[in-house]
Amino acid sequence: MRTVEPWVTEPLERFLAESSARLALLMTSAGQVVAQHGFTRSVDVMTAAALGAAIMASTGEIAKLVGESNFLSLAHQGAKQHVFLSAFETPRGRWIGLVVFDAESTVGLVQLFFERLVKELAAAAPKQVPEQQVLPENFERELNASLRALFGR
Amino acid sequence: MSNPVQLLERLSTVRGLRGSVLVSAADGLIVAESLMTGVDGRAVAALAASLMNRLRRATECAGRREPVFLQLQAQGGSVLATPCGPDLVLVAVAGPDANVGLARLEMLEAAGKVA
Repeated sequence: MRTVEPWVTEPLERFLAESSARLALLMTSAGQVVAQHGFTRSVDVMTAAALGAAIMASTGEIAKLVGESNFLSLAHQGAKQHVFLSAFETPRGRWIGLVVFDAESTVGLVQLFFERLVKELAAAAPKQVPEQQVLPENFERELNASLRALFGR
Repeated sequence: MSNPVQLLERLSTVRGLRGSVLVSAADGLIVAESLMTGVDGRAVAALAASLMNRLRRATECAGRREPVFLQLQAQGGSVLATPCGPDLVLVAVAGPDANVGLARLEMLEAAGKVA
C-alpha cells in the first residue's frame, strides 16, 4: 500500500484486511490520488482515479435530475470482479473511494467496512492543516514527492 | 416461494429470538428483515453471508455437501444460519434464553419454503 497522507495508512490497512478487497484507491473528488493498494502500474492508478472521479461526477448530475442531493455509493457487478465506488466527506474535503473485490468478498461486506473506514478517516485526520501556497517552483517537486509516495519511484 | 416477511415474522415468535434476516448469499445484502432495535441488520447480513460462503467452500473442500445449519455460540447468545437454496441465507440472532432447538426447526422449515 502507498499513501500520500500517512494518517490514512492504518484505517486503510484495516479496511483491506477486513473486507478482503483486492484493489483500493482513495482520491479527491478531482481525481488526485491520496492512497492506493494493489495497483502495480502508475498508469492504471491514474486512469482508475480519473474514471472513478468522472463516474461520481456523472452520477451526481443524475442525482440532481431525479431530485436527490447525491448518491452515496454505487456498485458495478462483473462476472468475477466487482467495483464499489463511494464519495464521502473528510476534514480534508470530499474524497472518493474505489474498491475492487472478487469472490473473496461481497458488496455488503465492502459497504459495511467502507463505512467504518470513513469514520476512522474522519477521526484520524489531523485537525490543523498548514496552509501551503501553491508556487510554480514547488509544483514539480511536490508532484515528484507524491509520485514517489504512491509508486515508490 | 412463500412471503419472506411473513416467514420472518413467524420466526420472531420463537422464544428468545432477537430477530431474523434473509440475506442474498452472493452480495451479503438484506432481502427481508425482522429485527429488534439494537441489532445491526446490515452488519449481521454481510458477515453471516460471508461466513456461510466460506463454510460452503470448506465443506466442499472436505468432500462434503452443502452445510445445512450453522450455530455460532457466543457469550451473550447465538447466531443461527441456514442456506435457502443457492442464492439466499436465513440468519437469526438468538439471546441466551432462546429455544435454539425450536428455532432450528422453524428456520429449516422456513428455508424450505423460501428456496
